[in-house]
Amino acid sequence: MAKISVDGIEYDVNPENNLLQECLSQGLDLPYFCWHPCMGSVGACRQCAVKQYRNEEDKKGTIVMACMTPASDGSIISINDQQATDFRSHVIESLMISHPHDCPVCEEGGECHLQDMTQMSGHNYRRYDFKKVTHRNQNLGPFIGHEMNRCIACYRCVRFYNDYAGGEDLAALGSHHHVYFGRHEEGVLENEFSGNLAEVCPTGVFTDKTFSAHYTRKWDLQTAPSICAGCGVGCNTAPGERYGTLRRVVNRYHHDINGYFICDRGRFGYDANSSKQRVGKALYRHGQEAEFKPLSSLEAKRQFAAMTGGDVIGIGSPRATLESNIALRDRVGVENFYAGFSDAQFDCLQEVLKSLREPGLYCPDVRQIERSDCVLVVNEDITNTSARLALAIRQAGRNAATDLANEARIPLWQDAAVRELAQNTRSPLIIVSPQGSRLDDVASATHLLQLDNQIHLLQAVAHAIDPDALKPTASNEVDEALSSSIAAQLCQAKNPCLVSGISAESPALVKACVNVAKALRAYRKHNSAEQNPVALCFAMPEANSLGMALLLETGGKPLRAALQRLASGSADAAIVMENDLSLRTSQTALAEAMAGGVPLIVMDQLHNRFNEQAQLLLPSSSVFEQHGTWINYEGRAQSSYQVFRPSEDILASYERLSALDPMQECGVSSELIMQEFARANDAFSALTQLRPPRVGISASLKSPRQSHRFSGRTAMHAQDHVHESQQEQDRASALAFSMEGVMLQKDSSLMASPWSPAWNSNQSISKFQQEINGELQQGSKGELLCVRQSTETAYDAISAKRDEKLTCFIISQLFGSDEISANAPAIQARSLGPYACIGQELALACGIRQHGLVDITTQTGRVQLPVIIRRQIAPNCIGIYPANEVDKYALLLGEITLQAVPDEDSHIASSRAMFDHLLIKDALAREA
Amino acid sequence: MTDTPLTKNIDMKREPFDFGLYRHAGGYDGVLRMLKEMAPADVLETVKNSGLKGRGGAGFPTGLKWSFVPTGENAPKTKYLVVNADEMEPGTFKDRLLMEGDPHLLIEGMLIAAYTIQANTAYIFLRGEYLRAETLLRTAIGQAKEQGLLGKNIQGSGFDLEIILHTSAGRYICGEETALLNALEGKRANPRAKPPFPQVSGLWGKPTIVNNVETLCNLPGIIRYGTQWYKDLGKGEDAGTKLFGVSGRVKHPGCWELPLGTPIRELVDGLAGGMSDGYQLRAFLPGGGSTDFLLPEHLDLTLDYDVIGKAGSRLATGTMIILDDHTCPVGMVGNLMRFFSHESCGWCTPCRDGLPWVDSIFRRLESGQGQESDLQILTEHLEYLGPGRTFCALAPGAMAPLGSALKHFRDDFEAHIRTGACPWQK
Amino acid sequence: MTNSQLIASTAPRVQARTLTEQEVHDIEHELTLYPDKRAVGLEALKIVQKHQGWVSDESLLAVANFLEMSAHELDGVATFFNLIFRQPVGRKVMLFCNSVSCYIMGCEQIKAHISERLGIDYGETTADGQFTLIPVPCLGDCDRAPVMLMDGEQQRNLSIEKINEILAESAERE
Repeated sequence: MAKISVDGIEYDVNPENNLLQECLSQGLDLPYFCWHPCMGSVGACRQCAVKQYRNEEDKKGTIVMACMTPASDGSIISINDQQATDFRSHVIESLMISHPHDCPVCEEGGECHLQDMTQMSGHNYRRYDFKKVTHRNQNLGPFIGHEMNRCIACYRCVRFYNDYAGGEDLAALGSHHHVYFGRHEEGVLENEFSGNLAEVCPTGVFTDKTFSAHYTRKWDLQTAPSICAGCGVGCNTAPGERYGTLRRVVNRYHHDINGYFICDRGRFGYDANSSKQRVGKALYRHGQEAEFKPLSSLEAKRQFAAMTGGDVIGIGSPRATLESNIALRDRVGVENFYAGFSDAQFDCLQEVLKSLREPGLYCPDVRQIERSDCVLVVNEDITNTSARLALAIRQAGRNAATDLANEARIPLWQDAAVRELAQNTRSPLIIVSPQGSRLDDVASATHLLQLDNQIHLLQAVAHAIDPDALKPTASNEVDEALSSSIAAQLCQAKNPCLVSGISAESPALVKACVNVAKALRAYRKHNSAEQNPVALCFAMPEANSLGMALLLETGGKPLRAALQRLASGSADAAIVMENDLSLRTSQTALAEAMAGGVPLIVMDQLHNRFNEQAQLLLPSSSVFEQHGTWINYEGRAQSSYQVFRPSEDILASYERLSALDPMQECGVSSELIMQEFARANDAFSALTQLRPPRVGISASLKSPRQSHRFSGRTAMHAQDHVHESQQEQDRASALAFSMEGVMLQKDSSLMASPWSPAWNSNQSISKFQQEINGELQQGSKGELLCVRQSTETAYDAISAKRDEKLTCFIISQLFGSDEISANAPAIQARSLGPYACIGQELALACGIRQHGLVDITTQTGRVQLPVIIRRQIAPNCIGIYPANEVDKYALLLGEITLQAVPDEDSHIASSRAMFDHLLIKDALAREA
Repeated sequence: MTDTPLTKNIDMKREPFDFGLYRHAGGYDGVLRMLKEMAPADVLETVKNSGLKGRGGAGFPTGLKWSFVPTGENAPKTKYLVVNADEMEPGTFKDRLLMEGDPHLLIEGMLIAAYTIQANTAYIFLRGEYLRAETLLRTAIGQAKEQGLLGKNIQGSGFDLEIILHTSAGRYICGEETALLNALEGKRANPRAKPPFPQVSGLWGKPTIVNNVETLCNLPGIIRYGTQWYKDLGKGEDAGTKLFGVSGRVKHPGCWELPLGTPIRELVDGLAGGMSDGYQLRAFLPGGGSTDFLLPEHLDLTLDYDVIGKAGSRLATGTMIILDDHTCPVGMVGNLMRFFSHESCGWCTPCRDGLPWVDSIFRRLESGQGQESDLQILTEHLEYLGPGRTFCALAPGAMAPLGSALKHFRDDFEAHIRTGACPWQK
Repeated sequence: MTNSQLIASTAPRVQARTLTEQEVHDIEHELTLYPDKRAVGLEALKIVQKHQGWVSDESLLAVANFLEMSAHELDGVATFFNLIFRQPVGRKVMLFCNSVSCYIMGCEQIKAHISERLGIDYGETTADGQFTLIPVPCLGDCDRAPVMLMDGEQQRNLSIEKINEILAESAERE
């Protein structure tokens, strides 16, 4: 701790930080642009100037940039000094000389950091009366709008996009006052985190294009704290709604998880909510009728009751809320409740849960991954399955730079200097995968191996770390060298971190990863000064994959048991909740089950191949339209709150399933279900703490979902009737569908959209953190449900043998693999149809041409797919991107044969057009 | 011994000395002795004691600058010497003379500097337009290499040095040493924050010394003849000689080597032959475009860093630009403002957005459309773009001629506004 | 805005051209002089410009591919420097010094004369593709101002007569 004096008042500060950060941490208002808590200082904008005095006697002082000055002990500064104030107003004046007067039509207006800082710096009259500099804008693709005339050249965009997120296709171009931020030619911004530009940009240069298409001012958006359901990371989001449509999703700060950034799936996938595929009304057909008939909500309720009177089985879903899964199980009974994921995933998740309870290991949160000084990524294409973790892994590489900077005594916030010093020095990132990935540019090594050989390698690594770990059966020279090098790097690290996932649906892989972690645990116990636990995490494909697995521990069976019952017709009805079963098992198996003739009730948000087979199709709420609990990859339970109420035809699955009358007790059920469940199951008792209590809160003490500037409330429904409508009531949470109540800011765990006087942009979050970049004042942590046991378990035996036969692996795409977000138009514009990719050798052996068609045949399936030939593919491997269309479970069984489909130029031409949008850096040139 | 160590070999009417002639004239004697007899620390001590100050413009003591480079066993193995040969300061034409007139002198100076900091690679960052200098330097480097004065284990000393010539593509900001390093790394030439100084983390994050051409050309003499000789060369407070130039309406514009401490009058009225017929001296910039105007009353000052500093300007590059009574001072300063505005790298706000505003005001003043309030805005910019306010010294440099012009030529500015035209435009 | 529109408008526009053997040779030589490939970016662009006269998008992509760096980043460098031409220029580029000493010595009148004779302003090329006029910062020949650099030759003590001579001479050579 150090003491500094700011305008005569003493503050305790952290001397390792700079003055700007510390002033903001103390709640002081000091304007800035180029500095960012995650990106440090570069001293470009000069907006945060303060006066610094050498000592008590020094009355003259010098102007310094707070962001470039350490908060060293005894510093005496003044923010209010006249010279400093004048300088800051001069800076803002010149930043504004070419800025257009387009706030009324600018998407940023009302949440613009530039507006706030202009006010704060005291500039309101434009003296500059010359021509402004103007620019041409670029079409940057479906996500990001570009309006360069608004640019104030703070350089934040390129620093985030290139330096932080590893993007390569955005640059500062030109010079002097013509400097331009864009691509060298128009085109899609490639990076998976491009959406953050809209939040990083202090004004309206980079904006959310999807939001612009149905724009609403920030203050007119109804918001609630939400959780991204795009994958299993559990990023916190703040969706906004107006007039019954979801308008956008922005990042909601969570210290341990997403921090300031979310991925583009999480940001732009929301529009599936208004998709044409949405199931809007209950649909029913008698017996073998081809056509669905719409039902009123009352008819739907009656029909549902009539069909579920007898012996009903229920299949839950890893993408539904925990409440809905519990409600389904309660409704059908434990003996009739089945897992909503594939059997292999079921087995994987058992192993993952075991690892989450293993002592001496820990599951790192996103920020802890960032702190790791050696990361081993196994099999999972993390950028495409849990993108936010990939961004954290990218930052972990910088820990080596941190060490160098500490040695050279360069403060870590000196961003450019630290990068310059480090050059290409990075902490080790070892990737073991069947294919090249978007992290290869920061990887110290990428080892291309098919799954069996990965498992084999991991066993060898475990053995090299701890000789007690089982030695793989068949080893050879190459493995020895490789495994001992990986082992050595992991052993040397202070905070080694293993990251894998269950995309491969291989329990053996999960076990092999756990074995390596256990070996490291043993090594550190005996040989290392580092006694802290070993980080191990598995990416989860869906928002409640782990939640469903935890629930199944208290009762429920795997999917295959349900399919067997369906096939044998031994049930009166089946409820399939929020689940496209065609993505969970092979088409053959599913067809056999359906042939059993059990009447099918499906509840879902969107139409899909599977729910067209239902007899009763009931519309379900999306994550934005219900309260819900989600358990992320760490086993962390988090609450999402209903942002807005959908039409009366759409209900949360748990509302439909609970015994309560949804018409009467709208919304209450989630809370009751959860409380009851938590009381009945010790392992879930923490869930009672998850949400602030709703009982005992009178309406006036609830927190509003609408801002105090919310406009048009009394006129919003004027086209229907002239009466002011009654406010919707929310009896299930501490939030109200209202502008009135206790400001959200009183409890940051309930805060969706931060606002503080004079701080209208997202940067106001600093007013709610305990310190800059720190925990929120009231916390927002969620509850970790998996408790570490006290006794260590032994290594798992795995029969790992090297394999050289042709195998198939499934490719995930950030834009397309997630079932829901794949229906958002902007995501669709970035999505691809199914394709296959192979390496050069295999292509040559099979006579397959780049972008040609390949015929893939296995025992159980056959498909023809366009091919991309890549450099970075493990030998004897074919990767398949099924795009929610191809029956992947049919392709994963038995021997695979490949055959080139005779070349027809039309094939090649059409697949080329598609592959032009595939961002694979290691694809071979067209003619190769 | 000589009293013009920088230019003794230079005669622009003939080709510069090749290796043989340079050697014959005593060139490389100092270096050879240094490699045999002196440890790097000895050379550092000698240079420190000589009182040599950087000739690039800032006038920082060279030995002191070098002493910040980490030495010893724990110091990084890779270090760099970089020659700032990106001469682009308006009105400055001294480094060109040295490189075109005696390229081996620079190479010898580089050997001394590189040896002192134990750098094994040296880059010459040469301005892209200096085509003749490029050719001559390439030849000279080749000759030095052939003669075993560059390369591995030079003259059996165990010291290696490669010199690599890098030619730039035109940006004034590259003269700023950290911007130069970024340019050399192939990046946009924005300056870097200091600290960390290049001596600690410079080119590719390695300890680096950036020295101006003329600075390095002083070293062979110092090593050969010693510090006392060098100090004695100076007539006043500062040691050594320096190149001084005069451009503008004088009878014989040119560049000469003179002892520091020489009265300005000797340069302007003596060597440059005084004002051209029909022209009167109104003022002059003593050291390139980034210095404050001095007036005829300052002609008797001596050419010393401190003396010129006390008079309110800077000696800087030592190349004077003469403002005569037929040239509009507003036009002249406007020309400088346009230059600085265009050459801003675009990194920090005051420089990037402030200078174009200043430039626009000058265009308006020159066209006779200026307003009283324009002068107020210009005055405000003096502080707004002053030292410590901007990221590097470019904008404060631009403010030097502007501030002094507003002080000395206020009437001229006002005349433009009052009469609605430039009084010099007939 | 339909999906197909979004996709159509964002397809790549230009393809890299193939670098000539000479260009590859020259760039490879530069690569031996620097520890980092990226450092050669500017040199490589200058090499391409020497052979092609200017740096087209196709050339820029070719250099970026060759150096395995982002074309966007390379363009950031290319557009930063004054003497990398990202537009076609004339066969002769007049790098005309318009800095302070030349200003005092009357460069503006000389420039006006060139503009009148050739019908081009700064940054423009004559219709016949013969001349491009570009202002440059001080050329370091202030004692012989006004000056310009053309065809690798420094033209000093410029006057209206001297400009006429230079233009006549270059017409003769054509």
